[in-house]
Amino acid sequence: MSNGYHIVVCAGIVPDPLQTLEPVMSGSTPALKNEMLLPAVLDPWAAHALYEAANLAAHAEGSKVWLVSAAPKSKLQQVMMNVAQKAAFELVPIDAPANGFADAHSVAEILAQAIHSISGLDRSRLLLFGGWESASRGAGVTMQLIGEQLEITDQFQGVDRFTVLPDGSLEIHERIEGGRHLVSICSGPPTVLGWATGNLPEPRNNPQVGMANMRTIMPALQKTKSTSLTQNVRYLSVMPPRQQRQTRIVKDRSAEEIAAELLEWISQE
Amino acid sequence: MATASAVERETLRALPSDASRQVQWGFADRYDLQLLVQSSRAVARGPVARLVAGGGRNSHEWTEAKAALLEAFDQAGITAVFMEPEEGGLFAGPKNFALALIAFELAWVDGGAATASLAGCLALAPIHERGTEEQKQHYMKLAAPTTPGEDRKPWRGAFCLTEPIPYVGVDTGMLNGKIRIVEWKTGEEPILQVEKRGRFITNIGFANFVTTAVDSDDERIKGSCMVILEEADPGIFDRGTPTRKMVHQLSSTGDPIFNLRVPASRIVGGYDVKDGVLIPRYSHSEVIEAVFRRTRVTVGVMTTAKLLSAVEPIIRYQRGRFRGADTATPGSVRYELGLQAREDALHRLVDLWATGEASASLGFAAARVFDELDPLEKEVEKLYAERGISGGKAKAKFLRGVADEAVTLMQLPRDDARRSTLLSDLRLRFVALDSLADVLCPAAKLWNTGWGAQMMREAVSLMGGYGITEDCPGFLGNKWMDAQLEATYEGPEAVQRRQLSVTMTNPVFLAQFREWIREMREVASEHPGTGACALATAMKLWLWTLDHLQHSKDADGGRLYQSARQGVTFPLADALCWLVAARCQIVDVLRLEKSGANDASLAEGLPGLVKFMTDLCNVQSARASGEVARICAELVFGYDRHPAWDEDGKRACWHEDELDALENLMPGINSYAIDVIAGDGSHPAKAGPCVNCAGASRFLSLHAKLDGCLTGSRLAKDRAADAVSKMMIPEALDYPA
Repeated sequence: MSNGYHIVVCAGIVPDPLQTLEPVMSGSTPALKNEMLLPAVLDPWAAHALYEAANLAAHAEGSKVWLVSAAPKSKLQQVMMNVAQKAAFELVPIDAPANGFADAHSVAEILAQAIHSISGLDRSRLLLFGGWESASRGAGVTMQLIGEQLEITDQFQGVDRFTVLPDGSLEIHERIEGGRHLVSICSGPPTVLGWATGNLPEPRNNPQVGMANMRTIMPALQKTKSTSLTQNVRYLSVMPPRQQRQTRIVKDRSAEEIAAELLEWISQE
Repeated sequence: MATASAVERETLRALPSDASRQVQWGFADRYDLQLLVQSSRAVARGPVARLVAGGGRNSHEWTEAKAALLEAFDQAGITAVFMEPEEGGLFAGPKNFALALIAFELAWVDGGAATASLAGCLALAPIHERGTEEQKQHYMKLAAPTTPGEDRKPWRGAFCLTEPIPYVGVDTGMLNGKIRIVEWKTGEEPILQVEKRGRFITNIGFANFVTTAVDSDDERIKGSCMVILEEADPGIFDRGTPTRKMVHQLSSTGDPIFNLRVPASRIVGGYDVKDGVLIPRYSHSEVIEAVFRRTRVTVGVMTTAKLLSAVEPIIRYQRGRFRGADTATPGSVRYELGLQAREDALHRLVDLWATGEASASLGFAAARVFDELDPLEKEVEKLYAERGISGGKAKAKFLRGVADEAVTLMQLPRDDARRSTLLSDLRLRFVALDSLADVLCPAAKLWNTGWGAQMMREAVSLMGGYGITEDCPGFLGNKWMDAQLEATYEGPEAVQRRQLSVTMTNPVFLAQFREWIREMREVASEHPGTGACALATAMKLWLWTLDHLQHSKDADGGRLYQSARQGVTFPLADALCWLVAARCQIVDVLRLEKSGANDASLAEGLPGLVKFMTDLCNVQSARASGEVARICAELVFGYDRHPAWDEDGKRACWHEDELDALENLMPGINSYAIDVIAGDGSHPAKAGPCVNCAGASRFLSLHAKLDGCLTGSRLAKDRAADAVSKMMIPEALDYPA
């Protein structure tokens, strides 16, 4: 494709995975204890999508990457100090109280509106990237809903590989059961791709890239207005995933025996 | 599931965030620095931490794995920070604060990595500060990291000052390195022979060039200078054997030998020729003074990072100390709080944390002052050139002309109209700020590293036996040892005390110091929990003591405050450091409270964070005040001879029969008499009659007042300890250990 792609990456922010996550009720909706105080990172699933987008843009001349993110503005700014160094993009911030408990429909709606309002975005070249899942309580439907609102019908979830074929069509590998992939050929944009982990490592920080990005990121953050989210979901109860660690020190056991025991243990779950 | 509406009393909820640190340390409006912090952190907690955890510190040699860190520094923008944008740098303007932040981030994991990154800047610093334009352009370009597609290896540099004993080390004037002219053809540039043996030279294992200090060994060269040597220069460029150091093993250190022929254009800052004599424009001491007064601040900040990095692993260790034991079941105090159920463990951690905060505030304040000073200094250098002023004495005289006005400026109320007139004078602004920098730099280097090393021992002890193993999370044992090096290199503690003993008596600084006393009283009035009032009293006590010592003599008639009397000047310098650090800490917390309120990301936890930080200020102020009171009391009374039970001594005492006679006139007087000589001539069993404190009554009254000012400081410590026992910490450290 001679003019490249317009790649829009949808990405939220989540508390740093090393933090202790403790659900509490905040009014009628749940929240994480001290979430605003904890360091945040770009949602790791969406971050993979960003790295793939940057890589694609670097290899398809004329491409451009936008990062659309709904999050509390000040937290987003802190996250950008790290993320902005990893890839060149233009930030489209939405100052909204989005978190793991937000209504996915509401989040999808404001993200779709923001994408609609991107000046110069060519829908015929649009690749809508995002995370297939989320490190917060992901509903797993946000990307699908955004695609629907933008009337993009070619949608792929759990994407691990994306290749542009010589004729401009797109070969997409979606993750399925058993460590295998479903390979599809799509004629071209517009397309929604919900990424799994992809194949790229996390890029190193490059402050030069960060400085260049910040020239547009800071004004965008300053201009963004606060948006509220409608909450149509009612939570009866929330809890962190069950985690159990049982450590034993066992010597002189073969790999086969260990594998068998692990298999038995997994089967109990 | 808990309910958030049941809000507990506001207290610290989590470790201070990046956003809060940006406000506290004054770079919330500098996203370039915030980016740099993140990129430095990624290197520190990534490749550096992995190398340390993998045993990278267990060799003295410069290995491939260690060398790989240099590339990581390049890619993260760390190497380029020292440079201007046209040289490949990230941003224009002063770099002291940026370098301090990098040092902080790298030393959070390993001090050697921080040293390795900063030693390159140290090598370039003489060129940057005093080099000719040609030298600057040439070497900065060579040292700049490569850009994509560029086919070259960036040059690395080493700074070579220290020589084998008995030459330059603690005394930078005792140079053995020599320079002489070996060829000087008419109309051509002289060729120099440079001989130098270095000791403990960082980066020498891989340096492509060396900036080194040498003295003239030729009557055709005047004085000393710094010279740039390159590895390809004809002669001997022997990197020597690696130093078998027990600290900072991720940096390359060795004892090189140089015997090289170089053109005279390699003299840093250039030279003039007068009557057939080559006169370097800057002596080696002028160059290193310009360099060290900046780089020493970053060293101070390296120890700061160690202290603050110890907090999280210690809390985790304390809380989990008994988990796994049969008797420590979930829900029990032993399980939930572990060692944090014990007051002592918490109090000692609070002391450590408070020291770290004060140390950070002092170090970063010093770095910010140098960022402010740098452009002023350049303007003043232009003034010197315009007016044809050269030489240290002439420059000092030129500046002394406005010293009195600078003192006046300090004393003026903030709303006084004369301030703006005085501040419009460049020379005056420079003198005022320079006097502050002259104190903050040695104070940050001395106190942060010296007291920091002591507190790192405390940090290690708080981890029990674990602390001195390689498995200790946060590498605390390594950091303890590393802190000792930081207290030593780039000017050991004695050098910093010596410098302070001079700069702290500068009337311009003292005028500023008096202003700080007033400022702390004002702060105390509006923020009574900060300990600012106690600090103000301690400052007053210190000031009184300085004045007293400057005008007093010891029991043998010797002057007390004089250069050679380091038993007087050095402790007083130590005392000042405590005060300066505690003040900086309070100022930073006030900034956090004021500016943090405008930051939405801080809003939620700000009251609790400020409350905790305020309590730490109180704890630190009390500690500082105690140290100052102890030191000052020793100095004020310690040089008087104690009265003895001799004739003079007894004459000053009551006699039993006198008191009996007076008792009839003044009933009860017996109970007030302290030293009474009995009828048989015997006296109380002690060293001599109690000291008559005539002349020190002001001191005693200030001392007594200071004691009272400590009221509530232990309650602050209790509150801080309680907060530490309840705050959230992450599940694990964010770097391998």
